Amino acid sequence: MTSAGSDRSRETPVKDVSGRPAGEAVTASARPRPPRFLRPPVVPSGVGAAGRHAGLATALLLLVLVGLITKPDHFATSSNIVSILSLAATIGVITVGMTFVIIGGGIDLSVGAVMALASVWATTVATQSHGPAMMAVCAVLVGTGAGLINGLLIAYGRMVPFIATLAMLVAARGLAQRISDRRTQLIRPENNAIEALSTTRVLGLPLLVYLFAAVVVVGWLVLNRTTFGRRTFAVGGNPEAARLAGIDVRRHTLLLYTLSGLCCGIAAIIIMARTTTGSSTHGDLYELDAIAAVIIGGTLLSGGRGTLVGSILGLLIFTVITNLFILNGLDTSDQLIAKGVIIVIAVLLQRRGLRTAAVT
Amino acid sequence: MSPPDPPPLLHMRGIVKQFPGVRALDGVDLQVRRGEVHCLLGQNGAGKSTLIKVLSGAHRPDAGEILIDGRPVRLPTPDAAMKAGIATIYQELDLVDGLSVAENLFLGHERARCGFLRRAETDRAARDLLTRLGHPEISPTCEAGRLSPAEQQVVSMARALTRNARVLVMDEPSAALAHDEVDNLFRIIREMTAAGVAVIYISHRLEEIRRIGDRVTVLKDGRTAAAGLPADDTPTERLISLMTGRDVEYVFPPRPARPADGPEVLRVEGLTLPGRFADISFSVRAGEIVGLAGLVGAGRSEILETIYGRRRPSSGRVLLEGRPVRPGSTETAVRLGMGLAPEERKSQALLLDQSVTANITLAALPRYASAGWLDRRRERAAALEQIAALDIRPADPRRPVRTLSGGNQQKVVLARWLVQGRRLLLLDEPTRGVDVGARAELYALIRRLADDGVAVLLVSSEVPEVLGLADRVLVIREGRLVHQAPAVELDEHRVLNLIMEGSAA
Repeated sequence: MTSAGSDRSRETPVKDVSGRPAGEAVTASARPRPPRFLRPPVVPSGVGAAGRHAGLATALLLLVLVGLITKPDHFATSSNIVSILSLAATIGVITVGMTFVIIGGGIDLSVGAVMALASVWATTVATQSHGPAMMAVCAVLVGTGAGLINGLLIAYGRMVPFIATLAMLVAARGLAQRISDRRTQLIRPENNAIEALSTTRVLGLPLLVYLFAAVVVVGWLVLNRTTFGRRTFAVGGNPEAARLAGIDVRRHTLLLYTLSGLCCGIAAIIIMARTTTGSSTHGDLYELDAIAAVIIGGTLLSGGRGTLVGSILGLLIFTVITNLFILNGLDTSDQLIAKGVIIVIAVLLQRRGLRTAAVT
Repeated sequence: MSPPDPPPLLHMRGIVKQFPGVRALDGVDLQVRRGEVHCLLGQNGAGKSTLIKVLSGAHRPDAGEILIDGRPVRLPTPDAAMKAGIATIYQELDLVDGLSVAENLFLGHERARCGFLRRAETDRAARDLLTRLGHPEISPTCEAGRLSPAEQQVVSMARALTRNARVLVMDEPSAALAHDEVDNLFRIIREMTAAGVAVIYISHRLEEIRRIGDRVTVLKDGRTAAAGLPADDTPTERLISLMTGRDVEYVFPPRPARPADGPEVLRVEGLTLPGRFADISFSVRAGEIVGLAGLVGAGRSEILETIYGRRRPSSGRVLLEGRPVRPGSTETAVRLGMGLAPEERKSQALLLDQSVTANITLAALPRYASAGWLDRRRERAAALEQIAALDIRPADPRRPVRTLSGGNQQKVVLARWLVQGRRLLLLDEPTRGVDVGARAELYALIRRLADDGVAVLLVSSEVPEVLGLADRVLVIREGRLVHQAPAVELDEHRVLNLIMEGSAA
C-alpha cells in the first residue's frame, strides 16, 4: 500500500522528514512516479525567517562597507550615523504599523498624509497654547483617529483597503493644507521641549532614536508574544478560518488600522522634533517607502506571513542607500532607480525561497 | 454487448487512477454510442468525478485506454480533450462573469483577424447558436454574470457546441435549475443527441435518468458494476442494489450498547434559510453522534453553518443546552462551546503556513495568555498533548500544517476544538481526502469524543460512513428533513432510496 509518507521519503532527500527507514524507499521506487502536483511539497529547510534576516543583514553590512570605502571620513562619523537613524526613525515607526496591517491582509496608503495632518494639527496656534505635552497627545490622537476611520470604512463599511486608505491619503493631505493654510507652522520657542527629542542625546544618540527603538520592541513583542499578534497572522493568512475559529475578524481589522494610525501619530512627533515644524508637505511618499521596506523584509503583500525584524532591516537598507547617494553627491534620480531595482531583486530572491514551500 | 459493426463513439477501457492512499478508479469500462444519453450512476466516492476528469483531460489515467470511433486517443490536457471533441460542463459553471455572452462562447478561439476581434461576426454567430438552442431571448451582448443560472447553463452548452463537441459531459446539470427549467434543459439535450452528439449525464435524481437517459452505467468502488442497462425499465430496486454494498475497507468503532440518554445539548427548531433548507427541527444529546445524510447540495452543510452562526437563518432558532444562541455570530458559537470542522479544510480551517501549534491553539488563545500575553510554553505543551492524543504525525509542533497529509490536517482541525472542552462538535465531511488507514483512526476518535459526553453532528456524502458511525441518522432531501431513525434500523439501500427517490423534476 502506497502511503503519502513513503512517497515523501522517496521524493525528497530531506532527512528527518518522515523518519522512515531508507529500505522502504527502495520498494517504493518501483512504482510509477506520480505527477508533479501529487508529490508532497518539499519542506523548506532553513529558508525561514532566520535565513531571510541573515540575507538582509548581509546586504546591509555590504552597504555599510561601501560607505566606509567610498567616504571613509564622512560615513562613520557620529553626525552621519545620527542623521541616518533620525531619518530611519520617522519612517521606521510608520513601518511598524504598516507591517501589522500588511501581515493582517491589508494595506495602508494614508500613512504619510496622516502623519502630515497630525503634525499640522499639533502645531496650530490653539494646540501650541496648551504646551508640548498636549501637542504630543494631539498628534497621537489625530493619527489614531484617522486610523480608526480607515478601520471603520474597511472592516464595517466593507471597503477595499486600497481604496479606503487612498481616499484618506487625499483627504488628510487636503485637511492638513486647509488647517495650515499651506504654510509651514513653526513650533514656538516655549514649546521646544518637543525639539528636545532631537537635540537631547543619550550615549551620543538623540532621544527620538530611543523612541523609535521602543516602538520596534513593543511592536515585536505584540506581534510575536501576544494573542493580538497571533490573530493578526490568522486574519491575514486565512480570514475565513479565523472567523470560523471564533475570532472577530472585523474588530481585529479595525484595531490593525487604528494601530497604524497610532504609529503615524508617533511619527508626527518625531518629524516635529526633527524639523521644529508642522507642515502639510511632511511625509510625502512615506507610504511607498514603508511598503517597500515591509516587502523587502519578506512580508507577503497578500498577508499572513512576515516579520517585523525584516521590515526594519529593509528600512535600514533603504535609508543607508539614500545616505550613500547623498554623501557621494550622486543624483537623486539614480537613487530612485537603485531603490526600484532593489525591490525587484529582493522579491525575486524571496520568491525562489518560497516556491518550494508553495507547491500544492 | 454493443452491436459488432459500428464501434462506440467513445470507449474507455480498463481505466485505472491511483491517488496516494486511494485507488479512485480500478479498471472502469464505459461505452457511449453516438446520439445517446448515457447516465453515470454511483455513490459518492464511487469514482464518477475522477472518471469525468480523466475524460476531460484534467487527470491522466495510470492505466487503460480511451478510444474515439475505435481509434485510441490520448488526453493529457483539457485542451487535448476539447480538440478530441469532448466538452465538459461542470457543476460550477465556468463562465467569465464580466465578459459578454458572445465573448464567453468563443473564449479561447475568438473570431479575429490579425488579432483584432470581429465583434459583429462573433455576435452573429452567437445569436445563431442560441437561436438553434431555442433561446433567442439571450442577448449575445449581455454580460454573462447578469444571466440566471438556467441561462448560464444554456450558454455553457452553446460553448460546447462552438467547439464542435461530439461527447458532452454534464455533471449534475439540473442541480442549479428550477423545475420548469429542467424541461428546457432536456429539450436541448434531445436536440443535441438528434444531431449525433453523445451526452454523458451524471445525476443522482433517478426520475431524471428515466426521463432523459437511454442507457445507464453504474460505478461502484472505482469499477463498473453494470454497463449499458436500459434507463427506462431497469427497476429502481436493481439500480440501488448495484450501487450499494460497497467494499468498505474501513472499520467503524462499536456503538455503545444502549442509546445515549444524556441531556439534550443541541435543539434546532424550525430552522429555515430560503433557497437552502426549510423547517428543520431536531436535537442532539450529549454522547450522541447524529448523522445528516443527503446529496451534495441538499442543504446539509448549510444547516451546519447556520447552527454555527456562519449563516443567519430567516426563521427558527438554535438552542444550546436550553438557551437560545444568538444567530449569525461564530464568536458566540465558539464561546458557548461549539466547534466546527468545515467541509473545505484548507480554505476554511487551516493556516497552512503556520505551525501545527499555532493552528491547534487558534480558537483557544486566551487560555494560554494572561492579559493578552501568550505563555508559549503552556501553548506548546497543550499542542504536544493533542499531538500525542490524536497521534498526529510527524509529531513536530513547529512543522507548517501545509506539509501534513490530509488525515493529519484533519486531526489538527479536531485538536483545535479538543484543547478546550466542547459541548457540540459539527463535523462536515470529516474524512474527505483522507486515506483509508487514517479514516478508521478518525472514526475511533470521533466515537471516543462522544463517549466523553460531546454531542456530535456529522455530515457525510458517503452513506456507509453515516450509517457506520452515527447513532441516529437524519435524511435531508432538497432542504427538508424527510426521515429520521436510529442507524441500526436503517440500511444503505433504504437511505439511498430516501435520498434519491422522488427528487426529480
